[in-house]
Amino acid sequence: MDTSSVTAEGSACISERQNSILTTGKSKSSIHCADDSLAGSVSQRACVFCGARVVLNPVTDAAHLVHGPIGCATYTWDIRGSLSSGSEMYRNSFSTDMKERDVVFGGEKKLATCIDEIMGKYNPPAIFVYSTCVSGMIGDDIIAVCKAASERHATDIIPVESSGFLSGNKVVGYRAAAIALMQLIKPREGDTVKKTWKLNFLGEYNLGGEKWVVERYLREIGIEINVAFTGDSTVAALKQAPGAYLNLVQCTGSMHWVAMSLEQEFGTPYLDVNFFGAANTAESLRKIAQFYGDAGMIRRTEALIEHEQARIQPVLQKYRKKLAGKRAAIYVGGAFKAVAIIRQLKELGMEIVLTGTQTGKKEEYDNLSTLLDPGTIIIDDANPAELEKFLLEKNVDVMAGGVKERVLAYKLGIGFVDHNHDRKDGLAGFDGAVRFAREVYVTTCTPVWSQLKATGRRG
Amino acid sequence: MLECIPETPVEHTTGKINPAKTCQPLGAMYAALGIHGCLPHSHGSQGCCAYHRMHLTRHFRDPVLASSSSFTEGASVFGGAANLKTSIKNVFAIYNPEIIAVHTTCLSETIGDDLPNIIKTAEIPEGKSVIHVNTPSYHGSHITGFSGMCKAMVSYLAQSDGATKKSQMNVLPGFVNPGDMREIRRIVDVLGVKMIMFPDTSNVLDTPLTSKYQMYPDGGATVAEIRDAGNSEVTLAFGSYASHDAAEVLQDKCGVTGIPLKLPIGIKATDDFIMAVKDWFGVEIPASLALERGQVVDTLIDTHFHYQGKRVAVFGDPDHVIALTEFLLAMGMVPVYVLTGTPGKVFETEIKKMLGDAGITNARVKAEGDLFELQQWIKEAPVDLLIGTSYGKYIARAEDVPFVRFGFPILDRVVHPLMPVVGYRGCLRLIEQISNALLERRDRDCLDEDFELVL
Repeated sequence: MDTSSVTAEGSACISERQNSILTTGKSKSSIHCADDSLAGSVSQRACVFCGARVVLNPVTDAAHLVHGPIGCATYTWDIRGSLSSGSEMYRNSFSTDMKERDVVFGGEKKLATCIDEIMGKYNPPAIFVYSTCVSGMIGDDIIAVCKAASERHATDIIPVESSGFLSGNKVVGYRAAAIALMQLIKPREGDTVKKTWKLNFLGEYNLGGEKWVVERYLREIGIEINVAFTGDSTVAALKQAPGAYLNLVQCTGSMHWVAMSLEQEFGTPYLDVNFFGAANTAESLRKIAQFYGDAGMIRRTEALIEHEQARIQPVLQKYRKKLAGKRAAIYVGGAFKAVAIIRQLKELGMEIVLTGTQTGKKEEYDNLSTLLDPGTIIIDDANPAELEKFLLEKNVDVMAGGVKERVLAYKLGIGFVDHNHDRKDGLAGFDGAVRFAREVYVTTCTPVWSQLKATGRRG
Repeated sequence: MLECIPETPVEHTTGKINPAKTCQPLGAMYAALGIHGCLPHSHGSQGCCAYHRMHLTRHFRDPVLASSSSFTEGASVFGGAANLKTSIKNVFAIYNPEIIAVHTTCLSETIGDDLPNIIKTAEIPEGKSVIHVNTPSYHGSHITGFSGMCKAMVSYLAQSDGATKKSQMNVLPGFVNPGDMREIRRIVDVLGVKMIMFPDTSNVLDTPLTSKYQMYPDGGATVAEIRDAGNSEVTLAFGSYASHDAAEVLQDKCGVTGIPLKLPIGIKATDDFIMAVKDWFGVEIPASLALERGQVVDTLIDTHFHYQGKRVAVFGDPDHVIALTEFLLAMGMVPVYVLTGTPGKVFETEIKKMLGDAGITNARVKAEGDLFELQQWIKEAPVDLLIGTSYGKYIARAEDVPFVRFGFPILDRVVHPLMPVVGYRGCLRLIEQISNALLERRDRDCLDEDFELVL
């Protein structure tokens, strides 16, 4: 590695990472992404297990059993803001709590006992069993254990092959979760699920009740949600997934593969939608109505959009007055979210000066560049030093990101809005757009910033 | 969560449901942050490192930096030596810390990476250090990992320059908040004794907002200070789980007398801490500390009727719970359920002895327990108060019990990391929280005719 350019304080830029950062309008080459992170980097990335866990956790009445040492279960215990209208089973944390002897002698027996105990105590309609680094490494055959337990209990005990070391990229974990979901919903031989006019809503996790918001809109235009993947879902509802007329795909990173699989297996077509921001919400509702092609539905959709826009636009305009011209940065998990946030911030008259994701794909980054003004920094798998450098260089006023970015932004005197999967406030739909604008306004324009003594940047 | 605990007691023998502990590397990472200019390094896959940083960040609400060996399948098959060596080289070149504190993960442990040898053959720039601790997550808990990293500081860094010791004292503070470490330092300053405290996360994880971001904040024990700890006369080691081992190693290695103490939570434990300093160095106890102690006793008398005789359930990290139980007994409360997630025999022995001495015979005490079990106990025979980490909030809601947040982690309230629970001032804070929790409940529940202005 060439270290000649490294300064004494430690440069933000590692030469090997130059291709993971580009400036729109300036860089000719395309971005390097989906690479593995460098050894020794302070990455904001997670692991396969993390990806699988966030996708499946909102299945409310399933037990989620983590087969590994305690940490993996503790860190993922009820950390999503996914709400449930029924069972709270998913908010418990089950772990096989592997010990040294399990590592030496194998953990299969302990896993089987834990499954039996959970069935005895709770009798849940399904158990998801997650493999972790250790159980994967020592070669525990969780597929066999789950199969035997499924037969023993006549219940779906579904293995999720999510050993962390498989990749530092959460997307691999999304796939492991997707495979588990497909296994769960596959009808038993001879069984068929009756087709309906309802739709499935893929990549919707009901954070802060977002699924319920969209459900209300759809109901108003005359469509019912069959089941969401996986926000506020139940095992029984998921098993009805093949009966849908259409699949909506929201979070593409986690659910695109599921949509394709559902199309292949059950012939259900899918539509990409996005309910973040008023414009996106309107566009998505129109797309859905067009797909159904029903004149009454199209008319009701237009009426709904008109009514909702008339209600919220004056409020948004108020925030726009306060926020126009402010400079924003975005660093989130996936490109889907980045695109949604870019559009909303632009609707608020803000300037996007930095965008990045942990797990974006090349096509997604290409799409991002087309949305952004020349001179915007685009960055893949950023480390905090890089984020800090560009946040200061670009004189950012507010940042949208996740837990680890929040405290960094604050320390730099920069406002922060949470758009991560563990946020608590629903940001979807027309009301979500207002809530988002309010959040951006509150953090960008808080009077607390004036308490910061003149250090050049603020106050 | 209520419906998730069966109505009648059921046996729970295998695995954990709603754990009361987390894994070793988190503790090792926290301890490492208490060294000045240190970048903790997680030798394993990225997920662990991300989780530990996130968990610590959620509790402290300050940036937590750590690097990772970024294992992928290749490293898992062929061993992580190359990853660690590259990491060490990259970290010094890019992030330029004074010291890298490496901890392992269950992955590198299962592979069996030989860390001492890898570190020996790694490129370490002149004047920089690399230390390590083995922290397999399938053994112990985050407290074990914290203790291990403290030991690593001693065994790698502490040195004795000769037979004559300096008139200075080491303090191993245990897995406490930066606010606690500040308070320990204040008390020792008042006593007028020179102290080396390690680890010390004050001014690392409770830094002020200045609009400038310092990758390595001003706080933390410097490598030179930890080295010099070998020349101190004495070490006060707070907490048998988190600190006693490191003090023992320091005694063996450098001949520094180790004095094992409880965490200084509560009057007696704080007295013991102050008396230990007085006895060793022959200093006078200044009037200001005597006054603080008097204020605690005065407050206890002013408030004792609010909490005396109340049944209380306590859970959390062992050193915290041992010391707090002692204080609760001093307050006249009745700890009926006392639980920690961390394994180890000392916990049950110490707590049972304290409860026995206080004539409490029907209590349940358990190490390596989980919150499923605690909730079952509470469902069977209710308590008046629950004290523990944020994870207790599910039980508090389901069983409708007043709840005081105490220990690590606290994820749903703020300011805790800055406010000490150690020392006499810590006693006041605990009395305030416990009394208020009970009084808020009384105000909420009582009939209009029983609603009182003056309580």
